[in-house]
Amino acid sequence: MSRLLSVRDLRVGFGRRPEAAPVVKGVSFDLEAGETLAIVGESGSGKSVTALSVNRLVDFGGGRIVAGDMAFTRADGSVLDLRQARGRDLNRIRGREISMIFQEPMTSLNPVHTIGAQIEEAFRLSRGLRGAAAHKAALEALERVRIPDAETRLRYYPHQLSGGMRQRVMIAMALAGNPRLLIADEPTTALDVTVQAQIMALLAELKAQLGMAMIFITHDIGLVAGVADKVLVMQDGVAVEQGALDQVLDAPQHAYTQHLLRAVPHFSGGRAVRDDAPQAGARHAIVAVRDLSVRFPFGRSVFGRSAGAIHAVEGVGFDIVRGETLAIVGESGSGKSTTARAMLGLVDVHRGRIETSDAESRRPVQMVFQDPFASLNPRMTVDSILAEPAIAAGRKQDAELRERMLFLLGKVGLAEDALLRYPHQFSGGQRQRLCIARALMLNPDVVVLDEAVSALDVSVQAKVLDLLVDLQEEFGLAYLFISHDMAVVERIAHRVAVMYAGEIVEIGSARNVLGQPQHSYTKRLIAAVPGIELRRQHYALDSSAVPSLVRERGYEPPEARWRDLGNDHRVRLEDE
Amino acid sequence: MQIWRAILAHPTGRIGAAIIGLYILLALLGAVGLTPHDPLQQFRIDRLKPPSGTYWMGTDLFGRDTASRLMVGIGQSFIIAFASVGLAALAGSIIGLLAGWWGGVADGVLMRIMDVLLSFPAILLALLIIAIVGPGTFTSVAAIAIVYTPIFARVVRGPTLSLKRREFVDAARTFGSSQRYILSHHLLLNLVAPLTVQVTLALAWALLTEAGLSFLGLGTQPPAPSLGLMMSEARNLMQQAPWLLAFPGLTIMLGILGFNLFGDALRDILDPRSQERSS
Repeated sequence: MSRLLSVRDLRVGFGRRPEAAPVVKGVSFDLEAGETLAIVGESGSGKSVTALSVNRLVDFGGGRIVAGDMAFTRADGSVLDLRQARGRDLNRIRGREISMIFQEPMTSLNPVHTIGAQIEEAFRLSRGLRGAAAHKAALEALERVRIPDAETRLRYYPHQLSGGMRQRVMIAMALAGNPRLLIADEPTTALDVTVQAQIMALLAELKAQLGMAMIFITHDIGLVAGVADKVLVMQDGVAVEQGALDQVLDAPQHAYTQHLLRAVPHFSGGRAVRDDAPQAGARHAIVAVRDLSVRFPFGRSVFGRSAGAIHAVEGVGFDIVRGETLAIVGESGSGKSTTARAMLGLVDVHRGRIETSDAESRRPVQMVFQDPFASLNPRMTVDSILAEPAIAAGRKQDAELRERMLFLLGKVGLAEDALLRYPHQFSGGQRQRLCIARALMLNPDVVVLDEAVSALDVSVQAKVLDLLVDLQEEFGLAYLFISHDMAVVERIAHRVAVMYAGEIVEIGSARNVLGQPQHSYTKRLIAAVPGIELRRQHYALDSSAVPSLVRERGYEPPEARWRDLGNDHRVRLEDE
Repeated sequence: MQIWRAILAHPTGRIGAAIIGLYILLALLGAVGLTPHDPLQQFRIDRLKPPSGTYWMGTDLFGRDTASRLMVGIGQSFIIAFASVGLAALAGSIIGLLAGWWGGVADGVLMRIMDVLLSFPAILLALLIIAIVGPGTFTSVAAIAIVYTPIFARVVRGPTLSLKRREFVDAARTFGSSQRYILSHHLLLNLVAPLTVQVTLALAWALLTEAGLSFLGLGTQPPAPSLGLMMSEARNLMQQAPWLLAFPGLTIMLGILGFNLFGDALRDILDPRSQERSS
């Protein structure tokens, strides 16, 4: 193998004095042709900045490479220091020799052009193809990334494609110039787990086919296993460990790598579920949901009649007892978040009942949202934020209320002086703790956690999960835990409900559902979970689409038929 | 306090703040009667005197001291500008907030009314109002306030539309917070920054509109001094006594410059994007 890229002592800084507080502090690595390097780290570790420095996109983000050199071997064999390279050389290299795909496929595609036009543009820029030749190349590119019915899809606009499809289009564009190095910056983070598995499979296949090298940036060390040859672990701008894949994963040397490997939730097929489930004998539901349906009408005429509706949630029912966690798992669009929002009255319920029993507080159900940055008002201090639920409940702002705020702050592990600060002065994990404290202000029976740990780094995630378990035990809380992450669900759930296309397809104890999945969708979902154990397993391509939830006016779904497997495990019968 | 430090550190904000501070000081001195001369007293023997040690900015056709009249005039203009912009900000914020919050038909009706108001040139609309109710200080305030209401309604409605979909508003709903609480704490609190900037910039325009109205004889009535009125009276004496036109003109220009510099500095400081750039 020949050396493709050699980075030595790379230092990158931002702002007016980039050398004062560099974000990347002396990173070195080598990349051979056709090899994949995974850069792993938590947010703020400098992993993206490192990769963006390689194609010098970091310049556009206000960054400056203050030291180091990056020797890149070009296609003609000449060696170029990317740090010294001029704008014209860089433009020639970007797209042709070094390509990039980004995390968010919606924002990296232009919404006003068809994807065909955008792929053709990529071919025009990288290989000078025009007209019919460009069209043919675009068609082949779409077929190469396994988009079915490529000829029609070329005329689609980005919003007409799903997230996974869009990411495939991005890959097709990135590969237009036959690059020898592909930089993939968290390419699957915004995608569902089954779609993620498909994209990973595609990348692995293309890499083998085209013999290109790849720098794969991720926060998920579990994902690395399937693609990487080498791993580089970053923390605070420093490469704390690097080496061959097996060496890093099996015998991590640095404490931080060991910590990351421990903190990342491993999915173990229902073997690691909690065993503190409340006794099933005394199943007295604290919240019971019966036949819940949520529909979003569209195409409303002047007389208020709608042409049809999106059946976001259809006939969902479950109950939760005190001290129990019910997890709802499913992909985006499966209706799990809509179910959560319906529980809180944030969306109008079309049909069904949500019953809460022996409610001591006026608002027995409270919620913690996914994004701790968006769910706290940036202009309010923590004490006003925590006081809000109490004020809404008509309580006076007195010493007793302050006492309660301090008590809960202590419970979620924040200091008393937090009261006078603003949300932006806290980290993501601390903000989520604030949101939890706020949800507990009114003494709720049930807390709905909508992807409450998904936006957090793994080590922070683990601590917040521990906190949730502690609080559950102390206050006898029931949790409705919405998540797409099976490994997290395994750690916190007593029971699991799997949602697919607006309906529950399987529900039962976590051990049963995760350990012996019966429904074909549950099996698919579980098979797609990445993990260190799945290292040598090959991802298989699967292109089955989620059925449409758009229904004509007056459509009623057929009665669901269930099979009871006993031992608290029910599965929906599938159409043959 | 932090914001004052930021404005004083801002290169042009400092100048704007100094100009506004000076004007307010002059207006206050004028209001309590600490002017070089009585602004209404006519020194018959000193008519149309050029600037001198006695009359710093000369005298007008009736022998009144220009400097003294300017100080009182600034006060008059400031009162009208502040009152009208205050009213406009209040009315516009309420309209914009409710239009954005309610959405749908209410939004359509309210904002179309604002569009109609906005489609008239400011002076023309003010003329129309004055033609109906007659000139005077109060009319000027009302006219300018109505003219600037749509601008505030627009400035508030846009962010309201995006703020009401933010998760912290959903969170507030889950606690059962009242609509009034959500509007005042979650929406209005987040609108303080854009409103402050808009108020400062609107003050500059209000100052100019007020001058225009009194120039046309529709604002402050003689013999009370006003910047626009003084320019109007000086118009025919441009050849003999250019200082009579120059000083009020410069006063208006400098005042508008001050508010604009101050407003631009506020915008730089309060805009979160510019904060990211500088940090």
